[in-house]
Amino acid sequence: MPAVVVSDLIKDYGKVRAVDGISFNVNEGEIFGLIGPNGAGKTTVLRIISTILTPTQGSVKIFGHDVGKEANEVRKLISYLPEDAGAYKNLTGREYLSFIANFFGGDKEIVKRGIEIADLGERIDDKVETYSKGMTRRLLVARALMISPKLAILDEPTSGLDVINAHEIRDIIKKTVREGTTILLSSHNMLEVEFLCHRIALMNEGKIVEEGSPEELKEKYDAKNVEEVFTEVVQ
Amino acid sequence: MNHFLNMVKKEVKELLTPATLVPIIVMAFLFATMGNMIGGAMEEAKEKPVIGIIDADESNLSFIVKNVSYEMGKVVYNGSDKNNIEEGLQILKEKKGTALLFIPENFSSAISQGMPGIIHIYWIMRGAGIMDGISSSAVEGIMYTINQKISEELIKGKNASFVLSPLKREETTIFKGREMEGISPNTIGQMLSSQSTTVPIIMMIIIIMAGGMVISSMGMEKENKTLETLLTLPVKRSSIVAGKIVGSAIVGLLMALVYMVGFSYYLQSFQQSSQINLADYGLTLSIADYILIGISLFLALFAALSLCMVLGTFAKNYKSAQTLTVPVSILAIIPMFMIMFKDFDTLPLMLKIVLFAIPFSHPMMAMRSLLFGNYILVIGGILYVAIFAFAMVMIAVWIFNTDKLLTGRISSRKR
Repeated sequence: MPAVVVSDLIKDYGKVRAVDGISFNVNEGEIFGLIGPNGAGKTTVLRIISTILTPTQGSVKIFGHDVGKEANEVRKLISYLPEDAGAYKNLTGREYLSFIANFFGGDKEIVKRGIEIADLGERIDDKVETYSKGMTRRLLVARALMISPKLAILDEPTSGLDVINAHEIRDIIKKTVREGTTILLSSHNMLEVEFLCHRIALMNEGKIVEEGSPEELKEKYDAKNVEEVFTEVVQ
Repeated sequence: MNHFLNMVKKEVKELLTPATLVPIIVMAFLFATMGNMIGGAMEEAKEKPVIGIIDADESNLSFIVKNVSYEMGKVVYNGSDKNNIEEGLQILKEKKGTALLFIPENFSSAISQGMPGIIHIYWIMRGAGIMDGISSSAVEGIMYTINQKISEELIKGKNASFVLSPLKREETTIFKGREMEGISPNTIGQMLSSQSTTVPIIMMIIIIMAGGMVISSMGMEKENKTLETLLTLPVKRSSIVAGKIVGSAIVGLLMALVYMVGFSYYLQSFQQSSQINLADYGLTLSIADYILIGISLFLALFAALSLCMVLGTFAKNYKSAQTLTVPVSILAIIPMFMIMFKDFDTLPLMLKIVLFAIPFSHPMMAMRSLLFGNYILVIGGILYVAIFAFAMVMIAVWIFNTDKLLTGRISSRKR
C-alpha cells in the first residue's frame, strides 16, 4: 500500500488557486521530495496532507485513511515539521519533548530518543527561548522524528541552518528512513533534494510539472543536476 | 498522561512566568500601599483634631466655646491674650495641629447686643489633597456644635432643645413588596450597594485577568509558530480548546487572586461598618441561595473564557491579542456600572435586554435578586449563561476544525 496517495488535489484561497489538480503517490519507506520555487504550492500540499488545511477538491489518503474523514487516524501516523515552526519558549527542551511524547503514550523511551536526535547536551534542560536558531531547529526535527512516525512530513527541514547543522539533519533523516519511516519533504534547495530523495516531484505555480527519480530526470533532460532539470522544465 | 491534562500543564508552564507575574504583584503592592494610606487618613478623621484656643473674652459664652473645644478636640495650647497668637501657632505647627481658635474680647458683648460674635480661626494647612482636608472638617464640626450650644444658651428657659429641633421622623420604606420600618430608601440603597459591589468588582477582575490569559495564549501560539504543530498532533480539538481554557484560567485566577489581595486592602480602607443588620429586615441568603450564586459565578467565568477563546482565534500575535481583550473588559465593566447605578427592575426595557444579554451581568445581579426572592431572574440567567458558554465552546471547536486558524478564511469539512 502506498504511504501517500494524492488525487486531483485542488486548493483555493479565495480567488487564488494555490494547488491546481495535482496527483502523486509516495511509496512506503522512501524519501519523496516536493521541489519548486517559493509560492509553488509545496507548503499548502504538505499542510493538507498534515490535516490542518482542507482541500477544495480532490482527495488525500495516508496509509489508506482519508485526511478529511479520518483526520484523527491520520494524525496518529504522521509527524509534521513546518518550515518556520517554533517551540514553546518558556519550556525547556526536555519539557517540550515530554509534552509532545505525552500525546503518543508518554513513553520515556520516546523522550530519550528525542534527546539523542536533538543532541543538545546539557542545554536540553535550558529554556527554548535561550536556544539559537540551529538548536531550535534540531529540537524540532527531534520532536518530529522521535515518535518514529509512519510518515514524516518535513517542510524545508534544513531551512536557515549552517552547513554543518544542515548536514547533520540530513544524516538524521536518512537514518530515520532506514528505521522504517517514510519521508515526504519539500525544499527549494534542489541539491539537497537530489542528495536525499529517492523520487521527486517538481512543482511550479500549483502544478506538478515533472516527476521521477533524480537520475531518471537528469537522464531525460540531459542535465548535470536537478536544478538544471527544473530550469529546463519550467522554461 | 491524559491529553487534556497535558495541555493544561503546558499552558500553565508557558503562561506563568516572572514576566507575567511581576507586573501584577507590583500592582497589588501599589493598591495595598494606597489602601494603607487612605486607611490611615480615615483613622485620622476619627481622632479628635489637634487645636489651640485663645480666650481673650473670658465670659460665660466663651466658656461654652472652650468647653466644646475641649470635649471634641485635643487642645494643645490654651491662651488668654491676643499677643499669644504667634506662640499658639508655633506650638500648633510643632504638634501638627489643625487650627487655632481666637475669641476676641468683645465676643459675648457683641452677641448680647444682637450682633454676631466673631471667632477667628487660624488654619494650618499642610496639603491640598482630599485627605489633607479631613482634620479641618473635624474642626468645622466643632464650630457647628459651638453654634448650637450658644443658641441653646441664648434661648435658655424656653425648652431650647425642642425649639432647635421641633420635628421627629418616623419612616417606613416599602421596597419590592417588603415593609421596612425605621429605615429610609437612601440607607437601604447604601446598604445594598455595599453588599453587592464586591461581587461585580471580583467578577470584573477575574474576567479581565483570566480572559486576557486565554486570548494571549492563542496569540502566543501564533507568534511562536507552535499552532501548526499542535494541530497535527493526535488530540481532539475539544481537548485543545478545553485545555487552553482551563490552563489559562488557572493562571488568570492565580493572578486575579494576587491582584485582589492588594485590592482588598484598598477597598477595606473605604468600607465603614454598617450599623444596620440586613437580617433584621428579613434580607438573608440561604445556603441554596449561595449555591445559586456560586453556579452563576462559575458559568459566567466559563462563558467569559469561552468567548475569549473565540476572540483569541482572531489574534495574529501576542500584541494583537492584547487589543482583543478590550471588548471583553468593556463587557465586564458595563454591567458593573449599570448595577451600581440602577436596579435591574427600574431599567428601561432596552437596557434590561442589554444587561440580560451580557453573560457577566448575572452573577453581579444574583445576590440582590436572591435577597428579594427573585429566583426567576437568577435561574433564567443561569440557563442563559450555560447556553451561551456551550455555544461559545462549540464555535471555538468549530473554528479549530477549519482553515481559519492558519489562513484567516473559513473553509471547513466534517472531520
